[in-house]
Amino acid sequence: MRSNQKGDCLIPMSDLFQDYSEAAARSGAYDEMFAPGQVARKSYGQVSGALRELSLADVSARADSMARTFLDRGVTFDYAGEERPFPLDIVPRVIPADEWDVLERGVAQRVKALEAFLNDVYGRMAVVADGVIPRQLITTSAHFHRAVHGFEPAGGVRVHVSGIDVVRDAAGTFRVLEDNVRVPSGVSYVLENRRAMAKGLPEAFGQQHIRPVEEYPRRLLSALRKTAPAGVDDPTVVVLTPGVFNSAYFEHTLLAGLMGVELVEGRDLICRGNRVYMRTTAGEQRVDVIYKRIDDDFLDPLQFRSDSMLGCPGLVNAARAGGVTIANAVGNGVADDKLVYSYVPDLIRYYLHEEPIIANVDTFRLEEKEAREHVLDRLHELVVKPVDGSGGKGLVIGPDASKEELDALRRRVIADPRGWIAQPVLQLSTVPTLSGDKFGPRHVDLRPFAVNDGDDVWVLPGGLTRVALKEGSLIVNSSQGGGSKDTWVLANSSQLPAEAIPRQSVRVREQVSVWPVESNWRDRQTEQQQ
Amino acid sequence: MLSRIAESLFWIGRYVERADGTARILDVHLERLNHLPLEEQQSVARDLLAVMGAKPQSDDFGLPELLHALAYDKASASSIAGSLGAARENARRARETVSQSLWESLNTTYYGLNQHRKDVVGTYRFCNWVLERTAMVRGLADTTVSHDESWLFMVLGRSLERADMTARMLSTRDVQSAGMSWVNMLRCAGAYESFIRTRRAAFGDQHAAEFLLLDRLFPRSIVYALRDADECLAKLDPSAQRVGFINDARRIVGQARTFLEFHRTDDLMSELPEHMERVQKAVTQASDAISRKYFNQADEHAWVGEVS
Repeated sequence: MRSNQKGDCLIPMSDLFQDYSEAAARSGAYDEMFAPGQVARKSYGQVSGALRELSLADVSARADSMARTFLDRGVTFDYAGEERPFPLDIVPRVIPADEWDVLERGVAQRVKALEAFLNDVYGRMAVVADGVIPRQLITTSAHFHRAVHGFEPAGGVRVHVSGIDVVRDAAGTFRVLEDNVRVPSGVSYVLENRRAMAKGLPEAFGQQHIRPVEEYPRRLLSALRKTAPAGVDDPTVVVLTPGVFNSAYFEHTLLAGLMGVELVEGRDLICRGNRVYMRTTAGEQRVDVIYKRIDDDFLDPLQFRSDSMLGCPGLVNAARAGGVTIANAVGNGVADDKLVYSYVPDLIRYYLHEEPIIANVDTFRLEEKEAREHVLDRLHELVVKPVDGSGGKGLVIGPDASKEELDALRRRVIADPRGWIAQPVLQLSTVPTLSGDKFGPRHVDLRPFAVNDGDDVWVLPGGLTRVALKEGSLIVNSSQGGGSKDTWVLANSSQLPAEAIPRQSVRVREQVSVWPVESNWRDRQTEQQQ
Repeated sequence: MLSRIAESLFWIGRYVERADGTARILDVHLERLNHLPLEEQQSVARDLLAVMGAKPQSDDFGLPELLHALAYDKASASSIAGSLGAARENARRARETVSQSLWESLNTTYYGLNQHRKDVVGTYRFCNWVLERTAMVRGLADTTVSHDESWLFMVLGRSLERADMTARMLSTRDVQSAGMSWVNMLRCAGAYESFIRTRRAAFGDQHAAEFLLLDRLFPRSIVYALRDADECLAKLDPSAQRVGFINDARRIVGQARTFLEFHRTDDLMSELPEHMERVQKAVTQASDAISRKYFNQADEHAWVGEVS
């Protein structure tokens, strides 16, 4: 025990981790920080060293100050009409260079395959003709939009931004849980978390090279500009937000601010002659690229929901005519469909002639009779998900569900087998997370973000690690009590600059008094004071 | 820049200045009000509220209600808390345009609103805190935002509101002519030292009112604030014309200012209420004209589909 000046006993770090190994053993999951026997893994050496130096008082003071900074900076998400700070845990999630290398390639591979798939689905449908995926599966997807069939979007890219959710199973293998190629959100927290951590746990940064994340807005802007309609020299990019009440509004402002572009709402836009303009104080100004953060359904009342006030009538026709680039393209949701997800390994083989680098989670397609019967017998041990849900909506975890819930689920699955998939319950990997007065293992996932500029898919080093703050909980969504962690990707030596640029030492500059030019003014000053 | 954003910036300028002005007025009057007998206190509180452009919500309106209405009522646009809340909400909508530090200072101010005791003593501290916070917001706006269109809209809102607030400040003199000395009036505007240094021995109601109304160098005087507004308008729309003004706002602001500047009077004090009303009317009209010219979204949603 150490004590401070006031005589309070400070609990040394080992006590903060006191019950950790038992709790970790209970969950049976892969722990990111500790190998069995509570030995910190090599990648976590620096972090665990820094944490060992801190007392409970230190840790909670820092956690409080980090939360306060988030509130002051407005790093919030809207939940039920209330602005809440997004909880950031003080222990980062660290990914060693070799593991990241695999993830990076795997994510990029997946994005390329989905891009090819979308192009095909809204074009010739060769993938159906070649018998890889049934036609019915595509045409019954809620997000297959016939309104955008039969044209290639201006700039030729559909999946400009994507977030591929990966998790680690109990054996420590990364698997893809789902693809988000519609409107993946969360990247703003990646940027803000890094800022907050640099101030909250500076000790853990030293001596190791953590790959920076701040180039994301630049990469995004350059990808958006590169995919502008042909013939536009200096494209005007805007971010389209549903407005201040959207749960991700903070992210929209941050990205627009960091890219230095306008953040527009639907009512700021006008379509005329298949061109898009925004209303400015200097009249109307042409818009070339729209980074869309609205669901397709609300984008264009002429094509989709006619009662939507969030979008702008005519956008889809403008995109069809090549007058504007919409990123991500309208209709991408068909690739998000969880039934299509179960075919992605096949799609990778079909389009890229490669083997998938990251495996899927085993998935039962409930449309297939045999699988459905098998699943219905074992509902209590499986996770059942709606195919078009996001944010953890509608998901049922068998072992946690009551008998009534399972019966209700059974009826719904039988009524609409196309609408559901089932997966085994994965024990997501855990990372130590501050809870009350000690650290406990909490389950995490990871959402790496990829930016596609048409030539190259760039994956942001790290991504968003979401953590379920309740012990044992597997649901990491922010709307259901999840928080986040800063995600560090360690650089291996080959990624470091080969030779550090020699720093020139700075000469101490004498303070020069330019006026009044009196050599003895200092003496006079002391004289006057006397 | 986007019309919607310009409008937000204009209103950030107005609301911040309104909070500042209201805090100044409240601070000075609170002291007087506290000494009055209860009955008089109630009628003065009512009048004060009327000068600030609000109506009492219940018949029983005394000092605590006045504090609520002018300082803490988050739902009212004429209270300090309401103005600062509205300024923050506007900044939130224009967050990618204002600088991070400006946004942050408005945001922390908003979160600080609740951390004050709401009695008379607490309100003194609250008013002081508001003056500090608004000064900080103004400073950050001036030093961290490029002085381009976006800043001009903010300053335009600020100058118009400042003219309006000084007019209200002078009008409150009528409310308690017995007690409101010219010293307090000058203190209220933070003008006491400037006034004494320029006018030396010539003090008195008339001179103080003249100073706050007409001084060409004191930044919170009405003439100065209107000149600021005029300059912003000219920079926003630099089209030079041989005759007249197409821009309504410029015409209104210029007219109000020149009327004051060129008006000759022997008895300023008796004309004061009329002047004040002119200024306030001009500010309202100018604000409307600016909305019409720059922020108009009247033809929004040309398409409204049938709801199926």
